[in-house]
Amino acid sequence: MPKSQLKKQAVESPEVEEKDSLKGTFISVMLIGGFIIITWIGVWALYLYR
Amino acid sequence: MMKAIRSIHAPDAKLTMAHMYVAFAALFVGASMGLLQTLERSGKFTLPFGIGYYQILTVHGVVLGLVLTTFFILGFMVAVQSKTAGKYTSGERKWGWAGFWMMTTGVITTTIFILLNEASVLYTFYAPLMAHPGFYIGLTLVIVGSWLEGFVIFRRHARWRKENPGERTPLLSFMAVITMLMWLIATIGVAATVLLQFIPWSLGLVDSIDVLVSRTLFWYFGHPLVYFWLLPAYMAWYAIIPKIVGGKIFSDSLARLSFILLLLFSIPVGFHHQLTEPGIDPFWKYMQVILTFLVVIPSLMTAFSLFATFEARGRELGGKGLFGWVKKMPWKDVRFLAPFIGMLWFIPGGAGGIINASNQMNQVIHNTIWVTGHFHLTAATSVILTFFGIAYWLVPSVTGRKLTAKMNRLGIIQTIVWSVGMAIMSGAMHWQGLLGGPRRSAYSEYLGNADTAAWGPYQLAQAVGGSILFIGMIIMLIIFVNLAFFAPKGEEEFPIAEVSEDAGETPKVFENWKLWIGVTVALILFAYTIPFIDIIQNAPPGSKGFRLW
Amino acid sequence: MNMHKYEKIWLLFGTATLLVFLTVVGISAFYMGNQPPSCAVTLNPEKVHETAPFDEPGLKQLGDNEYQLTIVASAFNFDVGNNEKLIQIPKGATVHFNVTTTDVVHGFELAGTNVNMMLEPGYISTYTNTFKNTGKFTLVCNEYCGAGHHLMAATIEVIE
Repeated sequence: MPKSQLKKQAVESPEVEEKDSLKGTFISVMLIGGFIIITWIGVWALYLYR
Repeated sequence: MMKAIRSIHAPDAKLTMAHMYVAFAALFVGASMGLLQTLERSGKFTLPFGIGYYQILTVHGVVLGLVLTTFFILGFMVAVQSKTAGKYTSGERKWGWAGFWMMTTGVITTTIFILLNEASVLYTFYAPLMAHPGFYIGLTLVIVGSWLEGFVIFRRHARWRKENPGERTPLLSFMAVITMLMWLIATIGVAATVLLQFIPWSLGLVDSIDVLVSRTLFWYFGHPLVYFWLLPAYMAWYAIIPKIVGGKIFSDSLARLSFILLLLFSIPVGFHHQLTEPGIDPFWKYMQVILTFLVVIPSLMTAFSLFATFEARGRELGGKGLFGWVKKMPWKDVRFLAPFIGMLWFIPGGAGGIINASNQMNQVIHNTIWVTGHFHLTAATSVILTFFGIAYWLVPSVTGRKLTAKMNRLGIIQTIVWSVGMAIMSGAMHWQGLLGGPRRSAYSEYLGNADTAAWGPYQLAQAVGGSILFIGMIIMLIIFVNLAFFAPKGEEEFPIAEVSEDAGETPKVFENWKLWIGVTVALILFAYTIPFIDIIQNAPPGSKGFRLW
Repeated sequence: MNMHKYEKIWLLFGTATLLVFLTVVGISAFYMGNQPPSCAVTLNPEKVHETAPFDEPGLKQLGDNEYQLTIVASAFNFDVGNNEKLIQIPKGATVHFNVTTTDVVHGFELAGTNVNMMLEPGYISTYTNTFKNTGKFTLVCNEYCGAGHHLMAATIEVIE
């Protein structure tokens, strides 16, 4: 796949790296994961307490 | 004066719009019932003319859960297929119309018997409550009509493949096939219980009904039913929203993979609705809980793909830092805003779903109003806001009109009103559910104990939220009528996104239908064969019918 | 088909989380015995009143702080053995619930506790619960059963 090779070379420059970054996405989905865990533990605690 | 330019072949557009008229009429009727329900449950309002709470609850469930959704989805599928795979032959279109009229006849039949108070059995119609046979026959017509339309969707897709040998099929056409395939496989369950059990029993041809068999067949259908609502929303999220934000589809292959996973794992999971029922082996309940958790994974994939699409586009537009891209999204475009808010609501909706399916943890919330709050987030917010978001461009696009700035603004207001109303109503439902408040119950002070008395304020809050939602529904109807009949003639885009250049090739195996249908059937047989035989072999004497309303 | 590095991490994290959830409920259910109510015993739904123990609903002491509570549900009533619809249980007692229905499907939910199960004609629903907290708990029907569905109730009072 020539296109992805081109992309890999382009990643060298920091400006392009910023442009292609998916860090915001990663943090967003991890926050969703955290939310799922917290709500689940909350109801599990309720189950144990009752 | 602009010329009206339709985005799809005119006769196909008419078929789509026929579905939309029924869908939005259903929205009006169903949401009005919803308002009455929340008011009644506040304890401050009595239903007039001796109308029963459970009668309007039946109308609400049937008209919104079965009519609005099915008609909107089929109308959308018909349009998507016509746009991406090409127009239908006149023969295909005739079958489409036959399906539409069959469904509409079914809806009218069912509605008549509910309004005559012959069928206050709720949309789940649990035996041995016995409705008038006309109620079940009407529902059968809806299902069979939807099958006819499903076959039209399949046939158009197959014809495209024949016309374009060796090429990758259009993504939306592929997704439409998955959606209808899942619907077809799932509705076999409800068709079996209605045709083999309910109709002969309600006609008096047989004396008794096996309750647990009927419930198991119903829930075999009942969970994929909710995924049947969700998949069209996912279609818009994956393949249409990227175009609206000006970006590309993050990955064609991941989109297809997630749809395949949804097909595989959304059906063999019905027991997670029956976790607290007697007569089902707890081992098999747990097996289906595991399968239920597997269906979470494609949704996790979807979350990533969507954020990635937005971030990539936002950065392309110059968004800096971790979240600079968020500011670059077209917040003032209701075609983006409504579905996006829908996506956000899917976060608590999905988290609640995982809790519901967690085996014995289900006892905390089973049949409490938490569950009602849950599916009002998933179905009545995530899915419905996305459907509204689709309607804003689909209706003018297929009728040759324009979404005006004024309607766009009204749509933004609609989205906000809906979200606020739902936050209040669903929030109160979730909390009251954790305190034990039951779902599907008219106002009651029970025995006057402190625990039940504490539910009052939450039911009042639900009435406030329900009233706000009613206003939101009226705004939506104004927009729909405007877009369908009064908006200026012109051309409105039918947005379909392209796949990002960075995305890899899509493996050919994703279009191997024999394989995926085979795996789907194998999973269903695995999850159901042994417990189902067990249920039949150890069945108690059957039940006669009861009419207790 | 390629997958972004972050997506791989996210999916691994998500799947691992789901596995932990499954393990926790699985161990609790299969090892510690906290299965959801799944009794498989059947009876003739038209002969409930003639079938023991449902011919004599109410509370029976089985041993030291251990009781059996037999309840017959019907539209629209929980028969707990007395007209006051009140059962009193000492704190810390273990109660074996034995419930069935004479007619349609009912719900059996003791609000604010984990006692929450379906009642279906022809099946006996059982659940064992230890009452750790005192107070008045209302027993409600949480599955639609007809026009008087919201009127079905009884009180279980846990006393010191």
